Parts: sequence; C-alpha cells; structure tokens
Amino acid sequence: MTHIHTSTTAPVIDRPVRLEVSALKKSYTTKKGDVPVIEDLTFDLRQGEIACIVGPSGIGKTTLLKCLAGLQPITSGQAMIDGNVIDGPPEELALVFQEYTRSLMPWLSVEHNVKLPLKHLHLPAEERRQRVTSSLEAVGMGDAAQKYPWQLSGGMQQRVAIARAVAYRPEVLIMDEPFASVDAQTRFELEDLCLRIREQFDMTILVVTHDIDESVYLSNRVIVLGQRPAKVTEIITVDFEQPRDQLTTRALPQFAELRSKVFELIRKAG
Amino acid sequence: MWQLTQTSEFLIDIGSSLANLVASFVIASFLGVLLGLVLGTMRFLSWLLEPAIHFFRAIPPVALVPIFVSLLGFGNETRILAITVAALFPVLISTIDGVRANDETLDMVSKVYRLTWSERLFQVTLPAAAPRILSGMQVSLIAAFVVMIASEMLGSSTGLGAKTLLAQQTFAIADMWAGIILLGIFGYLATFLFDLFRRRILRWYIAAQQQERQL
Repeated sequence: MTHIHTSTTAPVIDRPVRLEVSALKKSYTTKKGDVPVIEDLTFDLRQGEIACIVGPSGIGKTTLLKCLAGLQPITSGQAMIDGNVIDGPPEELALVFQEYTRSLMPWLSVEHNVKLPLKHLHLPAEERRQRVTSSLEAVGMGDAAQKYPWQLSGGMQQRVAIARAVAYRPEVLIMDEPFASVDAQTRFELEDLCLRIREQFDMTILVVTHDIDESVYLSNRVIVLGQRPAKVTEIITVDFEQPRDQLTTRALPQFAELRSKVFELIRKAG
Repeated sequence: MWQLTQTSEFLIDIGSSLANLVASFVIASFLGVLLGLVLGTMRFLSWLLEPAIHFFRAIPPVALVPIFVSLLGFGNETRILAITVAALFPVLISTIDGVRANDETLDMVSKVYRLTWSERLFQVTLPAAAPRILSGMQVSLIAAFVVMIASEMLGSSTGLGAKTLLAQQTFAIADMWAGIILLGIFGYLATFLFDLFRRRILRWYIAAQQQERQL
C-alpha cells in the first residue's frame, strides 16, 4: 500500500489537492425561514497535509464536517474530494468522532470493530487481516485486539476509532474534536499519533479542535473561522520543521507567536 | 404424580403443551422482530399502524382465545394461533422501541464507512436493539405460557391445562395438584432456559453494564 515516505521537510504546497471546498454554504430550513450556518467557505487541503479548523464554539464546525462527510446536504457551493463532488459519504473519506464512547460497537471486539468497514471493500482475506493488525499496531493497540471497547479507557477507545479509520485507508481523514474528552497526557500522545499516521500512511488530515495550542502544534495550516454564519477569517501557515516534538516545538518562539495570533483572531471573531 | 408421568397419555399431554408453547414462541419472536424492524425504520408505516397495535395489545391475550375458538374451532391450530398472537405484541413493541433508540453516532459511523444494508441490519441495528428485544421476548414468553394453559382449558381435551381442569372437575384432586405443580415446574424451566439464552446473546451488554457500575 501507500508507504511513500515523503521527506519530512517537503513543502506540501507541491502536492496534489485532495480536498477542495469552494464557496460552501449551508443553511437550515426552519419554519421561520432559512437560517444560515456556514457562509462562503473556501479552502483546500493538499496530500499529506494536516489542517486544523478552529473558531468560537457554536460556529458550525461540526456542521461543516458533516457536510464534508456527506452526512448533510450542502446548500450551495461545493466540496470535492479528488475532483469528485461530495453528495453522499465518499469512499475516500473516514471520520473520527468526538464521542469515542459511542462510536465503537460495544458488541464487537476491538479487532472486529476495525474490520467491520473493510468487509464490503472485497479485499483479499490476507490483506484485510494485515490492515487490521498493522493499523492496530500503528495506534499502539496491537495487544488489545480481542478486548471489547468497554474494557478500555477513553483514550484507548479513541485509538481504536483512529485505527478503524486508518485501516479503511482513506485519502482524507477528518476528525471532530477527537481529543477533547481525554486527559492532557493522553491528549499529547494522541496528537503525536496523529502526526505519525500522517507520516506513515501519507494521509490528508482535517481536525476540528477548540484547542489553540493543539491546532498550532498539529497543523501545516490553521483555518480560523469567524462570525456567524461561519466564514474563513484567515488561513495561517505553520511552517515548523517536521517531525514535531511536544517539548521543543511548543517551546519555539514562533509557536507562542502563532498561538497568540490564532487566539486573537478567534477572540475578535467571537 | 410419578405414576402419572409413567402413563403414555400423560406424556402426550405434556408433549403437546410444550410443542405448542415452543412453536408459538418461536413464530411470535421471529414475526415480532421482523415486523418491529420494519415499523421501527419506517416512520410513516408505524404512524399508520401504531394505534391498531396498541389497541390489540391492550386486550388481555386470554380474552382472544374465545374469538379464535369461534373462528377456527377447537383444533390445535387455534391454540398455536392464540399463543402466537399473545406472544407477538411484547416482542414487537420492544423491537420497535429498540430500533428507534438506535444511537445517532453509530448511525453516522455506519454511513461514513458505507456499510451495506445487511451489514447495518445485522452488525449495527439488531445488536444495538438486542437488549430491548430480549426483554420483550421475556415478557412474550410469560404471555405465551399463560395463554398456552388458558387455550387448553377452553374446550380442549389434550394438553396439561386441559388435564388439570378435567382432574379438578372430576374431583381427582391429586391429579389436579400434580398438573398445577408440573405447570409451575415447566414455567420455571422455560424462563430459566430463556434467561440462559439471553445471557449468552447479551454477554457484551451484561459485562459492559457491570463494568459501568464498578466505575
């Protein structure tokens, strides 16, 4: 499979566009007329890029993800994955939910949870097994294949959910506040896991987060949303060296600089 | 009572009662889950049919026996039909509830990973609804047992219920008690066996709940 190890410093700017959002609008129809949630959103993601979407709470970040995952219809404008317009759940996309306690099937073992989405891909049995094992190992859950989700801690459950997404080998991996409800230590581990997965599987990853530090630490670009209905306030390029490190990267003067910049933009928007 | 069990006629009675019970319970469970899945997923259909379901459910199942007798006579089909109808409603209603209560997140997970229709049914919807479905089946089993006896006491000549009533009417008090005690034993055994079955199917659920309580 795709084990293309890109040079860690290669600028993503040269790589093909995977996800393209142009003039996306989303409004809900209520009895009192249309309520716009997202207004005119435009950005794109290149292969192997991690972008974080940040913005004041209630700005419609989750709605945006649901639109991109094809779970909700887009009102106008469009989103494309690999040049195909998204009008239903695309097969090139996987989504990791915030609610890890509810996104795994409690009646299936870890292994079967990861295997379930692969069944209809008609892979040879050997490859399917291989994908399950390798993705569980990638998230550090190789020993827990026979366990059940409710036997695991929250952070471990989220690891399994990530393994499930990784085994599916999507072009684009979207995460909705994936580390919001785990403790700080686990959060750092999962952030690094996310970076490792990008490296190992050359995936394009879009993360919604409300944690400004996290957005700066993870991203190649931070997409700051503001106003209601949501608009892109600014897209900030983060060009620290890869691989990043929880201690040294966060201690960089540019880190603090970018952090305050993002923070300021969000405060202005809220 | 021991002597009673030695006679072949008595064994036939027991066999007939239990066969009716098992057959009806299986049919009712199957139909109940099937209909429940359909009604649980199709809002419009359930909106149309639900008032009727709740009306029929409100009629005590035993009260339906005379209707079936007058429609179909005293044959064994009548009994099977009566037991099935009695056992149908609890499992039907709990299946509808179970399917409706399906978690929204799991629903989205199924969509994002493009699970097929049958994968969603057998790997997501049914297991998620299983705890409720099995509670419904438990109630169904008890209803089936009650109607099994009642259907035999109304105009039938075979079955444990019929024999127990006959013994009472002919002042064969010992036989009557034997019948009643046997009914008790069978009732107990039936719920016991069902509970084993339930525990086997819901191992994950029971264990997960225990886990939750410990936290």
